[in-house]
Order: sequence, then structure tokens, then C-alpha cells
Amino acid sequence: MKQVKVLGSGCAKCVKTAEVIQSVANECGVSIEVTKEKNPEVIMSYGVMSTPAVIIDEQLVHSGSIPSQKLVQSWLQG
Amino acid sequence: MLSIFTDLADWMAFSLFGLLPESKLGQSIHFFIEDTTKIFFLLIVMIYCIALLRASLNIEKVRDYLAKKHKAIGYTMGAFFGAITPFCSCSSIPVFLGFTSAGIPVGITMAFLLTSPLINEVAVLLLISLVGWQITLTYILVGLAIGIIGGLILDLIHAERLLQPFARKAYENASTVSVSTMDDQSLSFSERHEFAKQELLDILQRVWIWVFIGVGLGAALHGFVPDAWFEANLGHGEWWSVPVAVLAGVPLYSNATGVIPVMESLITKGLPIGTTLAFCMSTVAASFPEFILLKQVMTWKLLSIIFFLLLVSFTVMGWMLNLFYAV
Repeated sequence: MKQVKVLGSGCAKCVKTAEVIQSVANECGVSIEVTKEKNPEVIMSYGVMSTPAVIIDEQLVHSGSIPSQKLVQSWLQG
Repeated sequence: MLSIFTDLADWMAFSLFGLLPESKLGQSIHFFIEDTTKIFFLLIVMIYCIALLRASLNIEKVRDYLAKKHKAIGYTMGAFFGAITPFCSCSSIPVFLGFTSAGIPVGITMAFLLTSPLINEVAVLLLISLVGWQITLTYILVGLAIGIIGGLILDLIHAERLLQPFARKAYENASTVSVSTMDDQSLSFSERHEFAKQELLDILQRVWIWVFIGVGLGAALHGFVPDAWFEANLGHGEWWSVPVAVLAGVPLYSNATGVIPVMESLITKGLPIGTTLAFCMSTVAASFPEFILLKQVMTWKLLSIIFFLLLVSFTVMGWMLNLFYAV
């Protein structure tokens, strides 16, 4: 199971990002666990400055925008 | 070229709706139609074009650049980048920490964060089209000056001591090695187009409501407040009118897009330029909701110092401009 973390201050974009990832995972039948991380100290530890950012299995894969469905698919199936 | 929007407003307000050009309602509706159509047209064209140009500028590059600069140049560049770098206010905390943990002094980071809401391409564009280039230039210079001076003072008082413990530790342990930046290739045109399209939609979604609110207020002022009122009551740059304008701006919260149409109205009604700018900048930059966000990385003491600093600098700038323009 992939561990997905969405980093962000809890603004609308971060919520949307988590939703997109969960819905793509459901469609593709990939089992994942999505958590939202709001703690600024943790966000800093990943070296992220533009949110929302996405961490999959402790790897930074994306930052600064809501990812497209296609992009999310490529992470989950890769 | 922009007179087409005046013609459109003439036609809609006076022919289509049959309002009288001399009536209060007619003037308000005319102002509203002219400004909203003009603003949306300019926003769409210009945001897209500017985004095409700056597609390759991102916050990570700015950080790496500022980290290498000498302090004295740092404040100016910090304020300058604050004006041209796009970032959403919900990112201000990660940006603050990213800068701090790269060893950039708090003063330079704050110069960046203070200038950022005040000056951006949308604000500059609206100013030029609504109030002319002279006031636009004044606005930009004042905005930059506030960022630079604010930053300088914060470093003078060693603001880094007043950060939250984890942020202070990050600053003290800052390494000069740059943190991982993801992609850094030159962009193709279609990538730039994609970025610009996204940026346009993003900004429009964020500001459309402010355009309507701002222009609505501006239109009401324009039509219903008698021309002589401001002139008679506040037109001589009474010294107290500036701090009052600054304080009045604090509880009001708007971004630059919403406040500029109001500014247009206030200036044409004869409110002195210094008082007007003081009010508008205070509305944009000294707003409680965004300030409270910074509490996550700063102590109350530092937060109050910055807030107070802003109020004082808006007031002083207002006074100076009133004196300057009165001569």
C-alpha cells in the first residue's frame, strides 16, 4: 500500500488535491492511504515552499498546484 | 483603445437602461459597467501574456538567488522579487520557512512577503488603466520602499530571535547547500501556454469577486458621494486624516484588485493622494486574517512589531506624499 501525504496549510487547493488522488486511486483500484499534513515544521522538512505538495512513500513528487488526473495516474501506477 | 469601454458603458447605461447621465444612479451604473468590462478585458489579456513570460520563474529560484546576495542588495531584491513572483497567500508560511532555512535573513524574507500582496501585475495594470502612470509609479515606489525599510528595521532589531523556536533553529542551522529543486529545464512554448492558461484561470477564480465588490463600492462612491464632500472635509491633507485612514483600513480586508477601483473613485473625488494610498495599502497589507497565519512561525511580540511597523510606515508615507503633492 502506498503512503500518500498532501502537504499544505489546509486551504481549498490542498483539500482538492487529496480528493483527486483518492478518486484516481479508487478508479485504478490501487490501495493507498492519504493523509493531510498541515504542520509547517514537517512541510519545511521536505524542503517544500509552494503548496499543495505531494509526497508518495517519502518521495516528493509534486508541488505548487493541484495535480492533473493523468499525473496522479502516472504516480500510482508507476 | 480603452475608450471602447466608455462607449459601451454610455450605450448600456444611457440607451439600453434609459438612465439619465446626470442622475446619481446613471453615473454609478456607468462607472460600474465601464470599469468591470475594462478590468476583465485587461486581466484576461495581460495575465496570460505576463504568465507566458515568467513561466520559468519560481519561488525556488528566487530563494537560491537571494541566499547568495549581500544583505544590502538583498532587501531591494527581496522587495523586487516580492512584487514579481507569483504565489498564493496560503503558501506564505512554507515560503517563509523555505527562505529562513536557506539562511536568508528575516528582514529580506519579510521585505519579500510585505511587498508581495501590495504589488503584483494585476494591481499595476489596474492602476495604469484607472488612475494613470504617475500615481502608478508612486504606488510602486512606496510599496517597494515599505518592504525595504521594513526589512532593514527587522534585521536591526534582530527579528530572528523572535521566531518560533523551530524556525529559529532552522535559520541557525541553515546550510548553504540548496535544497532539492525538482525540475529546471527550459520550457517549450506549449508548456508555457499550459502554465499561462492555468495561471489565468487561477487568478480569475481568485479575484473576480473582488473586482465586482471593489468596482461596486467605487461606483457607489462615484455616484452618491457629492464631489465637494471629500474636498471640504478631508481635501487639505489634515494631518490626522492619514492615521485615521490607515486605522480604517485595518478591519477592512481586500486584495489589491478590489481596492484599486475604490482608490480611483476616492482620488477623483478629491481625497489627497497620500491619504488614499495610506488607506488602500493598509486594507491590502495589514489585514488580520493573513497576519494570524504568520503566528505559526513568529512570536506574538514579533507579529505586533511588524504590524505596528506597517501602520507607522503607511502613515509616514501618506504624510510625505500629501506634502509632496500639495506643493
